[in-house]
Amino acid sequence: MKGPPYVLFSSLANLIRYRGLVQSLVARELKARYRGSVLGFFWSFINPLMLLLIYTFVFAVVLPAMHSKEIEPFALFMFCGILPWTWFSSSLAEAAGSLISGGNLIKKVLFPAEILPLVSVLANMIHFFLGLPILIGFLVYYQRWPDAWDLVWFPVTVLVQLVFTAGLALILSALTVHFRDIRDILSNVLTLWFFSTPILYWITEAPGFSKRVLDLNPMTHVIVSYQEILFFRGPIGHWRWLLATGGASAVLFLAGFWLFDRLRDSFAEAV
Amino acid sequence: MTAIELVGVSKVYRRYGGRHFSTLKSALLQRSILRDLQPSETFPALKEVSFSVPKGSTYGVIGRNGSGKSTALKLVAGITKPTSGTVRVDGRISALIELGAGFHPEISGRENVFINGIMLGLTKREIRERFDEIVDFAELRDFIDAPVKTYSSGMYMRLGFAVAIHVNPDVLLVDEVLAVGDEGFTHKCLDKFAEFRRRGKTILLVTHSLNLVERFCDEALWLDSGVARALGDPKRVVGAYLTKVEESEEQELATATARAVEAASRQEPGSPAPAGTPGAPREALGSGAAARFKEVTDLRERHHDVSELTAHPAGPPADLFQATEGRWGSREVEITDVAFLDTKGQPTFVFHSGDSLSIRLRVRANHPTDDFVFGVGLFNVDGVCCYGTNTYLEEMNPERLAGEAEATFAIDSLDLVEGTYKLDVAVHKRDGFPYDYHRLLYTFRVKSRSRDVGIYRPRHRWTFSPNVQFRPGP
Repeated sequence: MKGPPYVLFSSLANLIRYRGLVQSLVARELKARYRGSVLGFFWSFINPLMLLLIYTFVFAVVLPAMHSKEIEPFALFMFCGILPWTWFSSSLAEAAGSLISGGNLIKKVLFPAEILPLVSVLANMIHFFLGLPILIGFLVYYQRWPDAWDLVWFPVTVLVQLVFTAGLALILSALTVHFRDIRDILSNVLTLWFFSTPILYWITEAPGFSKRVLDLNPMTHVIVSYQEILFFRGPIGHWRWLLATGGASAVLFLAGFWLFDRLRDSFAEAV
Repeated sequence: MTAIELVGVSKVYRRYGGRHFSTLKSALLQRSILRDLQPSETFPALKEVSFSVPKGSTYGVIGRNGSGKSTALKLVAGITKPTSGTVRVDGRISALIELGAGFHPEISGRENVFINGIMLGLTKREIRERFDEIVDFAELRDFIDAPVKTYSSGMYMRLGFAVAIHVNPDVLLVDEVLAVGDEGFTHKCLDKFAEFRRRGKTILLVTHSLNLVERFCDEALWLDSGVARALGDPKRVVGAYLTKVEESEEQELATATARAVEAASRQEPGSPAPAGTPGAPREALGSGAAARFKEVTDLRERHHDVSELTAHPAGPPADLFQATEGRWGSREVEITDVAFLDTKGQPTFVFHSGDSLSIRLRVRANHPTDDFVFGVGLFNVDGVCCYGTNTYLEEMNPERLAGEAEATFAIDSLDLVEGTYKLDVAVHKRDGFPYDYHRLLYTFRVKSRSRDVGIYRPRHRWTFSPNVQFRPGP
């Protein structure tokens, strides 16, 4: 008899089989999002830019003394964190409702449900990539050139964030089918999470105890890695933390997938 | 060689969290997360169903709504898993269950065709090769680049159907989708199915169209509340199903009739109806309250009074009481029981066109009388009187009626078209004064395999000159 690990891995293998479908669904998601809007794809750039403007206004114009000289230019520093954070938070927000809004597919078509939350994560990852040219523009503007060796770590950081977000997305989407209010709780949790991640401040400045708390947050290490790669000069000092987070994310992903697989049969009936 | 095989398949649907969506908060507070994830109620949709569909055959599944047909189809499609038993399918499946289920309204028909095709298991190349064929089949050439949200529901369905049918499956699952589109499109779908059959593909068809099953299927299955009641030859299965449908219709009619009779009797026991109440008959002329009707109809009454009682001539709508159910009369003679009897004398409510039908009245005369007329009237659901007569019109002279008695009105051949019919029965005086009048209280149904229209089916036959020819068979 096939044991549970075998079943889990054959489901994971299915994911690879469906990559064509994932691809076209992500493309559809991106096309559909801005269809009918005047600026279309430019919203992918404009949204993070707006967010940046708002935070720049608050923290560089209204409260200029709130941050140390080392994280100047502050706008650039914030942008290094806001961009990946937007990917993370919108992925989770969309993934949580993805099974419910895709109910038609789950109920009426032979369809691997895990694709839906993953499509949310991947579509937002594309948005993240589309925002990168702006970040590069900022880097050029401030004449900050990241070390070439550091840039090797960039895809690693993206991968860690992808695995972590995907794992959470699987768990949230599966649970939301049964507990609809997760979607509401989530928006509040994400706000709290945003401020518990060193995006608007520099982690080194955090006092001892709160730093230890921040270290427990996986997103801290992802964001700090982005900052070290793109913003700070010198070799990346955070790579151990990043790899540890990567390992934990892989475990989370497997756990999420396992949970999703366990609840899979209930979706068609509970959605 | 079997294409689809179900062995001892049961499916129990679970309902989660009772009546409300459970909330995480309450689950946390009451520590019931695990319990809430457990099903709280179960509903068996299929019970130990086994059947197998040979390769290349067309298999029909029939049954009432909620009998588990669609569940069976979903199990075969792999959308849900059986609770117990095994489902085995050999070959590529395409399910015409929910057409266009994966369409995204904001993007164009063209893009949706690609995505839908990929969902159904095609590769991009295969779709590109078939794209023109799909669009032509859906008759959407001019609209294919418009967003799907601008499509009419017919266009939407046609596109969904076209994609699904071009997946080129070995096994095609069809769930009542022939109802989409206009006549022309339905024909096209049937042609496509016929083509599938010719090419040796297997079709599993869930439908309410018994005609289609008889014409099209090699075998059929009848599901009733999740149980396989009959399977095999479609004619036999459809026959068994129809018998069952008649039985339940009969029960329905019996309870409806009982209710109507009871309600009418409660309404106004004894004596003529007060004026003005609906149901107060103009036939109840004996009562002074209804006298004003007398003026209007006096002349007619004098000649036709009795026929009016039962036949309800298609008079002016001044007849306020047309088509109102009810019961009235002095009850000096009371109708205690009315029954429809079939050929064997068994009470029943469902007849076939051409059967014999007897209407048996049981009456009780509380005082012996020599002035009585029995009448009956048949109405269709539109309130049209199909036939009405009484013993006075047929020139039977009453002499004596006393105590318990029976009167039977027998029709040798019920030459009515399919439909539901209602019955008036009455006992009254020769001048029209009602003893007991039952207006439209009794219902029976006439069934017919032929789909002719109208009210009356005269016995008929067609003859043709030799140069007119018909193909034998259906």
